[in-house]
Amino acid sequence: MSNQSGLKAIECHTFNLSFDDIDTDQIFPAEFLATTEREGLGRYCFHYWRFDDRGDPISDGPLAGFDPGRHQVLVAGNNFGCGSSREHAPWALLDMGIRAVISRQFADIFYANALKNGLLPVTLEPAALEFLHSHPDQRVNIDIPSRTITIEEYGTLEFPLDPFSAHCLVEGIDQLEFLLHQEQHITRFERLSKTN
Amino acid sequence: MGHTLFEKIWQAHLVRDEGGDDDDGAPAVIYADLHLLHDVTSPQAFAELDRRGIGVRRPDLCLATIDHSSPTLPPDAEGNRPYVSQAARLQAEALARSCERHGIEFHGWDSRHRGIVHVIGPEMGATQPGMTIVCGDSHTSTHGAFGTLAFGIGTTEVGHVLASQCLLQRKPATLGIAVEGQLSPGVTAKDVILHIIGTIGVDGGTGHVIEYFGSAIRALDMESRMTLCNMSIESGARAGIIAPDEVTFAYLKGRPKAPTGEAWEQAVARWRMLTTDPDARFDRVVEIDAQEIEPSVTWGTNPGMVIGIGERIPQRQDASAVDARSYMNLQSGHPLEGHHVDVVFIGSCTNSRISDLRAAAGIMRGHRVPQGTRVLVVPGSEQVRLQAEREGLHEVFKDSGAEWRESGCSMCLAMNGDMVLPGELVVSTSNRNFKGRQGRGARTILASPLTAAASAITGRVTDPRKFLGDSF
Ligand code: SF4
Repeated sequence: MSNQSGLKAIECHTFNLSFDDIDTDQIFPAEFLATTEREGLGRYCFHYWRFDDRGDPISDGPLAGFDPGRHQVLVAGNNFGCGSSREHAPWALLDMGIRAVISRQFADIFYANALKNGLLPVTLEPAALEFLHSHPDQRVNIDIPSRTITIEEYGTLEFPLDPFSAHCLVEGIDQLEFLLHQEQHITRFERLSKTN
Repeated sequence: MGHTLFEKIWQAHLVRDEGGDDDDGAPAVIYADLHLLHDVTSPQAFAELDRRGIGVRRPDLCLATIDHSSPTLPPDAEGNRPYVSQAARLQAEALARSCERHGIEFHGWDSRHRGIVHVIGPEMGATQPGMTIVCGDSHTSTHGAFGTLAFGIGTTEVGHVLASQCLLQRKPATLGIAVEGQLSPGVTAKDVILHIIGTIGVDGGTGHVIEYFGSAIRALDMESRMTLCNMSIESGARAGIIAPDEVTFAYLKGRPKAPTGEAWEQAVARWRMLTTDPDARFDRVVEIDAQEIEPSVTWGTNPGMVIGIGERIPQRQDASAVDARSYMNLQSGHPLEGHHVDVVFIGSCTNSRISDLRAAAGIMRGHRVPQGTRVLVVPGSEQVRLQAEREGLHEVFKDSGAEWRESGCSMCLAMNGDMVLPGELVVSTSNRNFKGRQGRGARTILASPLTAAASAITGRVTDPRKFLGDSF
């Protein structure tokens, strides 16, 4: 999905899912993978956490109280997005209204998938994360060009984001275009290399 | 200073190095020698290419099959495959159409090479040392067993590779895992990798490529090495890799896509150079004593929650452990061994190759699966199925009361209708015990084919060493 509009800042409230190792099977159960779409997948997001086996909402589940307009930043524990490479996970999170996820550390494939779709992965140190876990519904302000997050009652922190990804996010640059512009390099590589 | 095997392959596939600070700061552009495709993660990528009017740059470097949603039951009288849903059928057909349109080699229902994508690549000899291999699937790490740099990518990246044969990547760090010594009887590659993940944790490999080495690794056959590399991703690692050797070359020789004649000799000469230099440095090294590894099983809801089969369920009081025990309905301090088993699944890209089936059949031969336990055996590919049937293994399974199916991912991710019912306990040779992975409410214990087979014939979680006399 290209992120044509660009993403400079996110101002909203946090929603806590304070568990470690939230895998992509939780975010997007395999049962719903038989799709050729990538829009409208939000209804499957955390499906088993939100709906019982009859399809009725679970009123006291981990996502009880989630308000899509208000809560655009998810706060997880450690190692968010581990497991399957399914990009349906970030697609579904975005469609559910999430624009950034905060975790101690992200699984590599999820991290890459998120950035390519304009979903911001924010890595924070344990102290800040603990503060967020114990202070739900915090007002936060994330500024991408300066790579900072301001947590209203905690302070402002920098988070790691490589300049290229930041640039692509802010400008809405599509990485496929960038790759296609490498045509000369690719052709030369193919000519020179006899690998397999 | 010398280079690691990973660094050598990385370097050889750099189309453009990472941009420096004075440049655009872009990640490295890496060339993919082989792009594997399957039903679930490719349709949106092809659709994006179509939307932009871009073609596939190197269809000759792509290989596609259907596996994730493939029914494992035979077709009806009219030849219709019993897909779980119309959506699943359409998804598989969409891949077939895209492949046909773009000239990509596709192994569908009419191919004798159809199977799980990570089983058929090596089996056809398409996976070769020194290559870079990508696929929209996290278990692409499997192919690292051949000394390839192989990793999973998302659907957007599948589109990137289709369009440009390249990927934007930051260079990962390296983690060396040395496994020295001899494995005890009844201990398999699956136990080794479960033990490793239990040791380093489900995020212990994040940001790293793992190279496995040491005497215990050298002693493994290719299928065992694939099992080991397959689950590297469960430690969060980008990839797992093992330097190729005579075992690798012997496996590849004569496979349909392997080089022949003089080209074979040249290839082997090249492949012999694919080693980590003695003076190369890993960013981290972990040492594992092979002798310490027992048949291993998981007790919780991620692949790092591992114990030796004779051990008791840990007393850990952290939130993850408490939550996992509650989901698994297991009590701390109790043994797993002897626990009633509702389902046994022998299959998946981790353990569905011929040696896995032989090992399982060796234990199950002449035994009956008790009432109250259901056993499903799903070969990883049509080639594996045909070979097993030539050897009569299917009769061994069927005689014991197990179901013998056609190939596919099946109950590993339960999207084809083969699933564990809510609350049921399954001993599975697959790779993920996440909540709901094998069906909503399913409780998964990951184990080796030996442990699964022993549990199948007893209906209880069983130490396979009790049956070693029968099969070894
Ligand atoms: S067998 Fe399981 S892990 Fe392997 S590719 Fe299929 S779904 Fe993925």
